[in-house]
Amino acid sequence: MTVSFKRDFLAGMRQCVPVVVAAAPFGLLFGALAVDNGLTVGEAVLMSATIYAGASQMVGIDLFNGSAAPWLIVLSIFAVNFRHVLYSAAVGRRISHFSLWQKAVAFFLLIDPVYAETERRSEAGKSMTFAWYLGIGLPVYLSWVAEGYLGAVFGGLIENPEEFGIDFLLPLYFMALVLGFRSRKNWLPVVLASALGSIAGFHFIGSPWHVSIGAIIGIAVAAIIADTRPPQNMKASVGSEASR
Amino acid sequence: MDGFSVNVWIILAAALATYATRIGGHLILSRFERLHPRVEAALNAVPAAVLTTLFAPAAVFNGTAEALTMAVAILIGLRLPMLATVFIGTAIVVALRALM
Repeated sequence: MTVSFKRDFLAGMRQCVPVVVAAAPFGLLFGALAVDNGLTVGEAVLMSATIYAGASQMVGIDLFNGSAAPWLIVLSIFAVNFRHVLYSAAVGRRISHFSLWQKAVAFFLLIDPVYAETERRSEAGKSMTFAWYLGIGLPVYLSWVAEGYLGAVFGGLIENPEEFGIDFLLPLYFMALVLGFRSRKNWLPVVLASALGSIAGFHFIGSPWHVSIGAIIGIAVAAIIADTRPPQNMKASVGSEASR
Repeated sequence: MDGFSVNVWIILAAALATYATRIGGHLILSRFERLHPRVEAALNAVPAAVLTTLFAPAAVFNGTAEALTMAVAILIGLRLPMLATVFIGTAIVVALRALM
């Protein structure tokens, strides 16, 4: 292991700490709710280890409890995770220098906060190395799987999650993540459009479709109001060429 | 295939579908060399647009305590770091639920 690999890995690990702390209650809660909904401890851990997407795992176990058809459960999880198509499109630009297997691993670890941190680091102009990416991604993954196990085994101890506000941790966490992007161009119109779209989608069509509906509306607004004029210096050179 | 329960097959299928979403966007987009400014703007809007959908309905449809908490938490979040915002918000929702 080279010195720079170690340095970047440790830099990533420092950034993973708040993510691990913030995700821990959800990892534990998932394990607890999974067993509560009739999954075995092994199935709960398998779900955390292979799907590795908190909100969709919650939607999944919700459906295991009822009489939903298997294809419907898979489709619902796919719908909640559809946003990852957009993450992978966006992050692909940041990690185009990774090797094929590094990309394969990076995309597997591409969850909401890892996506957010990758964008933040790239935007700050810092180097995007595989070592840094593993440093932030791997500890989050391993602790997520461990929490699923612990929650499944000891879940019976949490009798009333609402009493501790645990059910509201996830929305607060996503809201705080959104605030972190507020310096981006046209942030407010995008957030307002996405909020209205998801609220209407939730009301008229239902979960989990509000995620895709709200996201598509917010992104469409961003594309529509985007500034498509070429940069000033380009315009000037075009002008001088025409006058010649 | 006796050893695996239906649940395990559902989980594995969902895992494959999820991985497909995680590589799919890149596989499609890497076919284009230069991006139109509108595509660029759309990609830059992805995090805010998607993450907003994961909390906006929860702020509106859960009740007065939750709606109030989210409004206050947004104001707090403009000043304080993420983790502090999340924990203060959680404390507020617990307190408001006890009061209301």
